[in-house]
This record gives sequence, C-alpha cells and structure tokens, in this order.
Amino acid sequence: MASSLRRKQAPAAATARASARRGPAGLWNSLPVLPRHLLAALAALALVAVLTSVTDGLTALRVANVGYYLLAVAGLQLLVGFSGQISLGNGAFMFIGAYTTALMVLYTPMAPLAVVMLAAVAAGCLAGMLVGAATARLHGPYLAGATLALAVGLPAVALRFPDLLGGSNGLFFSLRGAPPALSGLVSDSQWKALVVWFVVLLALVVLATTSRGRLGRRMRAIRDDEAAAATAGIPVGRTKVVAFVISAGCGSLAGACQAYLLGTATPSSFTLALSLSLLAALVLGGLGSLWGALWGALALVYLELAGEELAHAMGLGSNVANNAPVVFFGVILIVIVMAWPLGVQGALSRLGRSLRGR
Amino acid sequence: MTEPPILRIENLSTRYGAVRALRSVNMTVRRGEICAVLGANGAGKTTLLRTVSGLQPPDPGSRVLVDGTDVTRLPAEAMVRHGVAHVPEGGGVIAELTVEENMRLGGLWRAGRRERGAKAAEMFELFPPLAERRTRHAGTLSGGERQMLAIGRALMARPRVLLLDEPSLGLAPLITRRIMRLLQDLRAGTGLTVVLVEQNAAGALSVTDHGLVLSQGAVVASGSSGELLADDRMRHAYLGF
Amino acid sequence: MNHFIDLTLNGIANGAIYAALGLSLVIIYQATRVVNFAQPALALIAVYLAYAVYLATGSYWTGFAVALASGTLMGVLAERLLIRPVHGRSPLSAIIVTLGLLLALQGAAGMVWGNGDYSFPYPMDFRGRFSPAGAFGLGAVAVVTLLLFALYRFTPLGLRMRAAALHPESARLSGVRVGLMLTAGWGIASAIGALAGMLAAPPFLSPNALDAVFVYGIAAAVLGGLESPFGAVAGGLLLGVGLSYVSGYAGPELTTLAALAILVVVLSVRPDGLFTRPVARKV
Repeated sequence: MASSLRRKQAPAAATARASARRGPAGLWNSLPVLPRHLLAALAALALVAVLTSVTDGLTALRVANVGYYLLAVAGLQLLVGFSGQISLGNGAFMFIGAYTTALMVLYTPMAPLAVVMLAAVAAGCLAGMLVGAATARLHGPYLAGATLALAVGLPAVALRFPDLLGGSNGLFFSLRGAPPALSGLVSDSQWKALVVWFVVLLALVVLATTSRGRLGRRMRAIRDDEAAAATAGIPVGRTKVVAFVISAGCGSLAGACQAYLLGTATPSSFTLALSLSLLAALVLGGLGSLWGALWGALALVYLELAGEELAHAMGLGSNVANNAPVVFFGVILIVIVMAWPLGVQGALSRLGRSLRGR
Repeated sequence: MTEPPILRIENLSTRYGAVRALRSVNMTVRRGEICAVLGANGAGKTTLLRTVSGLQPPDPGSRVLVDGTDVTRLPAEAMVRHGVAHVPEGGGVIAELTVEENMRLGGLWRAGRRERGAKAAEMFELFPPLAERRTRHAGTLSGGERQMLAIGRALMARPRVLLLDEPSLGLAPLITRRIMRLLQDLRAGTGLTVVLVEQNAAGALSVTDHGLVLSQGAVVASGSSGELLADDRMRHAYLGF
Repeated sequence: MNHFIDLTLNGIANGAIYAALGLSLVIIYQATRVVNFAQPALALIAVYLAYAVYLATGSYWTGFAVALASGTLMGVLAERLLIRPVHGRSPLSAIIVTLGLLLALQGAAGMVWGNGDYSFPYPMDFRGRFSPAGAFGLGAVAVVTLLLFALYRFTPLGLRMRAAALHPESARLSGVRVGLMLTAGWGIASAIGALAGMLAAPPFLSPNALDAVFVYGIAAAVLGGLESPFGAVAGGLLLGVGLSYVSGYAGPELTTLAALAILVVVLSVRPDGLFTRPVARKV
C-alpha cells in the first residue's frame, strides 16, 4: 500500500517539476489541486462582483439564476457524467432544499443564513443516501424510471400536507437583503447574486476536488465498466450511493439558493419539466466535465430568455409567446445533440485541440 | 463459351476507420466449388466475407459479381435475393426465438407459405437433432446444434453461394467432419458453391477444391488445395503448420 | 367492502391506460433500445387533432380514428427523421432527442391550442361502478394486446420485427429490412400510445394532461421489465389497482410516491423487472 502511494507521488512530483519549467501555465499546474481550485473560485467571484456592479438588478438576478442552475447541473454531472447513473430526479432534491430553507426561515427566523443553507445540504444528503441506497442495483432505464417517479411524486407531498407545506400556493418568506453596513455600496440584488455565487463556487470547489481524487477515479471506473470495477475491488454500491449523496446535496443547495432569491417555495417550480431540463442542459453542455455544467446552466437561462424575446419581437399572441421559450429549448436541444453529440464542451475541446495543432 | 464464375471478387478493399482491413483482394469461384479462405488471426478472412455479404462497406474501386451481376454496393438484406447466404462466426442464431422460428426466418423472403413449409421440413430431415428441439428456444441448444441451425437457416434461402465463417469453431472434430460431409453432399446434389473461412487450415484443405491465403488483408497465395498443401514454405509462414 | 370493490374496478380501468402506454414504451425499447420520452407528447398531439376533428364533425369516433392514424404517422416520422440519425451513438443522445421532442411538442400544443383546459368527451357513458367507458378502455387494451400477440407469434411480419429487434445483423442476413421494421415498430407503438391518450384525456385536455399518466406508464413498463410487452400490460394493471387502493385509503396526492415505492420494492427484488428472464453477464 505504501509503495503504491510512493509510486503515485513520484510521477506527480515529476510532472510538477516538468510543468514548472514551462512558465506561468506550468506554475499553475504545479499547484496542488485544492489551492488551485480555491484561487479559481476567488477569481470567478471577483468576476461576478464586477459583472453585477456594471449591470442592472435584473441582470444580477439572471446571473444568480445561472449560478444555482450551474450548481444543480454540476451535481447531476457527478451522477450522470462521472458515475454513469441516469437520474431524472434532480428536481426533487431542489424541492427538498427550497422547502427546508423556507421552513427554517419561517420557524427559526433567528438562524443565520449559513446555518439554513447547511440544513438544506444536510436534508438533501440524507435524501440522497436513501434514494441511492434504494436504487443502487438499478441500471439505465430502470433507474431512470424510478428517479422519474421521485421527481414527480415528491413535490406532490406539498399538496398532501397543506398546513405545514403551504399546499399548491407554497410558502412565502422574506429574507434580509444586503447588511446595513454595505447598503450604500451594494444593491440588494447584487448582494443576493454574490451570496448565491459564493455558495455555488464553494460547492464547486468541493465537487472539483473530489472528482479529481480517488472518489472520482472510482466513479469513472464504475461508469466505464461496472463488472470490471467490481472485480478490481472497488466498492460499487457504496461509491454509487456516495455519488447520489453528493449530487443530492448540490441539488438541495441549489434549491435553497433559488428559494433565497425568490423568497418562495412552491410545488409548481419543481415540475417534471425541470428535472428533464436539467438533464437536457447537462448533455447539451457536455458530459464528463464540470465546464459542461456551466454551458448547460447558461443555456437553461439564456435560451429560454432568447425564446421569449424572439416571441415578443415577432409580436406574437400570448399563447405563442408563453410557450415559445420551451419549444425553442426543445428544438435547440435536438439540433445540438444531432450536430454535436459531445455537447458544447466536446465541440470546444475539439476546437481547442485543433487550434493547438495536436 | 464457358459460363461466368458464380462469384468474382475484384480489387476488394475496405477499412475500419483508419485501419485497412482488406487490400485489393481478387478471387474467383466457379459453380459447385468449395473454396477455402485461410490465414492467421486478423488476416482479414472474416472481413472478406462480411464485405461480400454487404455487412461491411467496400472502398470505391471494389467489385463483387454474383453470376455476372454487380452486387458490390448492395446492403446485406438484399444479398439473399441474389443467392448469397452468409453464416457469420458463431452462427448468429437468435437465442430468444425458437428453433422453428429461426429456421422460418431464413426462408421468409420467399413468397409462398407452402413452399416455405416444405423447405423447412427438408431442413429438419437433414438435421434430425433440430427436429427434436423444434419448439425450444435456440439459446438452449448446444454449440454443434446451433451451428447446424445456422447452416439450416442459411440453406432455407436456397442460396447459390454459401459463405461460412469458421463453422468448426468450438466444435468437436466429429461434428466438424459431419458438417464438412454435409457440404460435400450439398455440392454434389444441388451444385451449391461454398466459401469456407477456417483457422484449421489442414482440415479445410482436405475437403476443399482450392484456396486463398490472406495475410494482413492481402492475398499471399492461391491455388488448388493440393498445391497449397504441397507448398511447405507458405504453409509455415502463413498457416502455422 | 363496497369501497374496496369500487377501488378495484376503478384501478383496473386506470390500469388499462397505464398498460397501453407501458406497452408502447416497451415496443419501442425492444426495437431500438431507446426509452421514448416523447411518447406522451406524440399522444398529446394526436388527441388534440382528434379534438379538433370532433369539434368540426361532431363525431367522437371519427376523431378517435384520426388520433390513431396521426399517432402512427408521427411515430414513423419521429423514428425516421430524429432517432435513426443518432442511432449507434451513446444511449443518452437518443434520450435527449426524445426529451427535446417532448418539450417542443408540449410547447407547440400550448402555442396552437392554448394552455387552458378543454372539456374532452369520454368514449362512452362514464358513470357507474364499472362504467361503459371503463369497460371500453379495458376491452380496447385487451384487443390490442391480443392482436399484438398474434402479430408477433403467427405472422411473418411479426417474426421479422422480433428478429430485427433481437439481432439486427442476423435479421439482415436473412433478408429482413431492419430499418423498415424499426420504423414499423415505432408506428405501431405510437398508435397504441394515441389510444392511451384518448382513454386518459377525459375529462379535461390541456398540454400537461398526460404527464401523470406518462409517469405511471413508464413505471408499468419498468415493473414488467422492458423486455416483455405483456409484462408491461401486467405491470400496468397491477399498478393501476395498487395505486387505486393508495388513493382511496391514503389520499390521492400520494399516488406518485406510492408508484415510486412499488417500483423500488419490486426492482430491489428483481432489478430487471418482474417478467425478464435473468441473463448472466459473461465476465
């Protein structure tokens, strides 16, 4: 065991030395994984801050939307792209996060935001553990069917317990905006966007670091050939459940962010269409890489927007205008999958490789 | 004027992606001949059959003629109509269908229920073990029985040319001998032409009229079986004995 | 006791609908190894067209015929134009294409006919314990199932379709036009899906009217094991009856979660569905 560890460290050190010789890019690659990701996250947060300072409140909210969708899709990437488990149920985990947030704000108003968010993550992880354990033996369409039932069934629980969960109207609450100390510098919407992105980037660092490490390798092994992975000694069932737990935690956190932004948690936000759109966005962006989640989230927010604008610009009636975004998204989905089966990230990688002359 | 060869292959090339699997293969088979295609693993024997039967697309410039008709670009499902039946490696029997259904499948493309029924009865006479297991799922058959079913299914189409890919693979020598004898009987009785791919070169050459030796997709030797058996150098180099 | 019998009969009537939708999903899965998420949307459009025809002609049955015909046509077009081109790529590609089609068609229905509810007629009188409408639904599904069985078992076309689905290469070598068989499979499956839509649409038709039924249809197909059309029918009936009990004794909002629970319980004992013969994986 110790010798294999030494063997793994030696090449890493050699790579580090080699890349250090290649200038700033080399310097970047020679940093250990965690600090590298933290620095990248910090840079991204700064970028968001700049972006939201120079644009209006509406754009800030849209930027925040991209943020939590990115988190939800990235969590799904772990499950679908890295460990090969097709899940159609991510909407259900977002539902859990949103409602946990709403309930905590309503019933324990003194709790700070961080605690509320942590509670949402915990609830999501617990749900993920239960679902993962229940579905560990399922594959492909059987797993898809079970998670589909979850996505549609869980939000219906809100209707069953209307007193506690607000029924079809959902729960409403209000959260403090920017702290008074910063109220001059930072608008409410900008503050919210920054909070959401801070949370999202933190979670992404965890995701990225985990997927680089042993867990990530195990998951990819299972995705590529489960029987082979089992014979190689990888604890398949446990790894799959862990993937579910992390994915559910991310989804739940994303739902919490959404609730935080909107001040509501309603069952109608968590339709079947949401879960399907998350999966579709993931494939659109590109499986197998966390960057794919970014493109997917951007697509989710901006394609629908583009569809709306298109309908308005063409001066169409309200029926058409209301449904145009969804039709647009569906059509684009088909076109992109047929033209670029590896998604946007796949197309970009290929472009990058051809530019670098490889 | 002599009749055209039943199967003529000219300049046949094909590739899997970037890998050239067949290079300008030429082959002529006359009606009623049993021709062997030999060579080491990966030489291109299976690819040759697959390209002829339409499962693998040939490169431009290739030509395959069956009884004078150009069938080069035809898809696999059209080849039975031109009298070419292909039994792939392993037989290709459909495990979830019954023996009877597998047999029927072979003759489906011909119109006429009664004709198909009669043909099937013939096949079951030819292979009594299959008749006993008519209603069993093909997946429950032994290796030898499955190979018999595969050949029977191909014969249901009343082919003029039968392409056989390693029929003896995994089978006991006794069963292999029976299959070879069957082929010779068929040739004598119906003028069936057979192209036989075999790893077991010595065994194949003992029942065939002439042969073709492939190496890395190209023809390195051809001639009558007697000539090939006598060529020691070639045998050592390409056939391993 | 009365309540129990009511629930059982109701469950069987609903189960027939889930069975039909499950059947259409399994036929497509067997033929092309794709879960057709667009099936409810194809059925939805077929039902809307039937509604338009019904409004124009006043005849329910003309509309019914139009639904079946248009369902078949749309299934054929979907396979030929959208699914065939992505054949052979990763299975997720085909799933996403069907998802895109689902979203696009549901949205299109909203665009053309609006998001509101239309009052949609039953095939027959729907009142009573086991209404004529319920009996019709059960009867229609039973007839379809028998016809399908006869097709597969006794006709050359059925044999070709099965061969094309089970072992396309061998089928081609026996002269079967595999592509055509796959298209035919989609056409038949979509016709059955349109039937399910016509049975499920009453009393109100809207773009989301078939969502819940779709979930139960998938559950029925998965329960039965995606390899067996008749497993889907059995799965659908079982699910219908089970969910009817849940709805009657615990509340209608919990039916989908109950479906999930049933799925999880059954699949944990038989991960490939109730009626699939276990196939050993060769390592």
